[in-house]
Amino acid sequence: MTSLPKALPGKKLGLVIDLDICVGCHACAVNCKEWNSGGHSAPMTDIDPYGGDPSGVWFNRIHTFEVEADNGGSRTVHFPKSCLHCDDAPCVTVCPTGASYKREEDGIVLVNADTCIGCKLCSWACPYGAREYDENAGVMKKCTLCVDKIYNESLPPESRVPACVSTCPAGARSFGDLGDPTSEVSKLVKSREGYDLMPEMGCNPVNKYLPPRPPKNAEDDRQLEPVVADQAGALARWVDRIFSR
Amino acid sequence: MHPAKSVIFFTTASGAGYGLAFLLILFSILGILPTSAGLGWAGFLIAGALVTAGLLSSTLHLGHPERAWRALTQWRSSWLSREGVMAVLTYPPVILYAAGWVFGADLTNPLWVVIGLIACLFSAVTVFCTAMIYASLKPVHAWANPLVPVGYSLFAVMTGAVLLSFLARLSGISPIAPEVAALITLALGYGLKSAYWARMEDKPAPSTMETATGLGTIGKVSLLEAPHSEANYLMHEMVFKIARKHAQKLRMVVVGGGFALPFLCLGAAVLTGPVSGLGTGLVGLAVLFTAVGIYTERWLFFAEARHTVGLYYGSGSA
Repeated sequence: MTSLPKALPGKKLGLVIDLDICVGCHACAVNCKEWNSGGHSAPMTDIDPYGGDPSGVWFNRIHTFEVEADNGGSRTVHFPKSCLHCDDAPCVTVCPTGASYKREEDGIVLVNADTCIGCKLCSWACPYGAREYDENAGVMKKCTLCVDKIYNESLPPESRVPACVSTCPAGARSFGDLGDPTSEVSKLVKSREGYDLMPEMGCNPVNKYLPPRPPKNAEDDRQLEPVVADQAGALARWVDRIFSR
Repeated sequence: MHPAKSVIFFTTASGAGYGLAFLLILFSILGILPTSAGLGWAGFLIAGALVTAGLLSSTLHLGHPERAWRALTQWRSSWLSREGVMAVLTYPPVILYAAGWVFGADLTNPLWVVIGLIACLFSAVTVFCTAMIYASLKPVHAWANPLVPVGYSLFAVMTGAVLLSFLARLSGISPIAPEVAALITLALGYGLKSAYWARMEDKPAPSTMETATGLGTIGKVSLLEAPHSEANYLMHEMVFKIARKHAQKLRMVVVGGGFALPFLCLGAAVLTGPVSGLGTGLVGLAVLFTAVGIYTERWLFFAEARHTVGLYYGSGSA
């Protein structure tokens, strides 16, 4: 059923991503692709992977942004983005077939590949770009929060976390129950003032982002002075004028 | 948004078909259109063909067209599902009324009036559901407003009225009702589209790269490096870029072809008086202009609309 669960699940599994720690190595995206190539929504189709115009399905993509502060100082922020498993997931309610659904027991948003007609409307309804269409399979795909890994009792308990979390070499990703205020992830979000992406869209995402910490010394955030200042010689200034034309 | 041909054809063709059926039945109920069998056959066959071709075309872009029937199940939550259900429900009353018309039933009988009113209502609701598919998408700021359902409904009646004016002249009757309806809706359509474009300029989207990343508390955000060197599905589907100067020219095609020229042709045809070769030719030209105009209008409706996902790929505004 594409209506959202009437009572919100008490348990809300999700990710907490620490933008202060992420180094932008893309290992989470690579391990996501590796695990899910054999997982719930397999295969993660690639088209023309070794050709001139490769494209393919990824559940997780790492963007890198530059943020320029008012004082001119700028910083680089690596920004992994995958499905946020929203409480009010518009991708679920727009689905005309019931293939897109949110699990009552843990809030994970999934696609039933057997009933998806591939109309792509759910990918339009998601403000975050979390859903990607598989041209070969003709169905929509998305992050499953490694539903086939986190409950897998044949794995040692410490491995029962999403692939992106177990692989992160910097420890920038945490996984847990964000519906439980006493959980480690909830405490982390509280202590670091974790936030929602695009709260104005009203999706109430479960995944939270932790902001980069402010620089210890605000002076460190300034831009460097220009190497050539006004004390440059007459010749240097003349050359500069010529080349600046 | 990527302007997919199948969806543009579907929304414009089915809109014109529903508009044509709506006006045929409404004018017949009001008694302001002679119910000649010729006009009935031509009108309802063309309306049915437009609607059916549009609906079939809309299934062409599906990954699994053979599962399309499943789209009728989630009408409680999904506008796309509601549209499918309404499209199916609209066929019986329209076909019944059309049969009554062409086989000479007494359409003034209250039973036929009720069937006709149901057909009109269902046609209107189907077009409204189509529009709500787009108007309910909050990530697309240009669409998420009431001008979209009003516009889809108005353009359906407008294109239907221009078509009906032509068919009426072809079948040798030139009642004034379809042509007056066409002139009024063409004028209203121009006003509506102008308001839609003005809103796009004046009302910025609430989402920015700062809210999309949550990094606005630090400063101004720009994209340093995209996730991949090549474009991906999201960029092909939702980060469609149209050159601004082309958009301006295409808007002129919409205003000229979609509204101004058909208005002038129809106005001139009305002045030529009842049935004449010149009048029919002028209304025929109006049909051609409207077709080009409405197709361009729908192409721009998609191409000019920006999705919030573009913010993650460095587009300055949503």
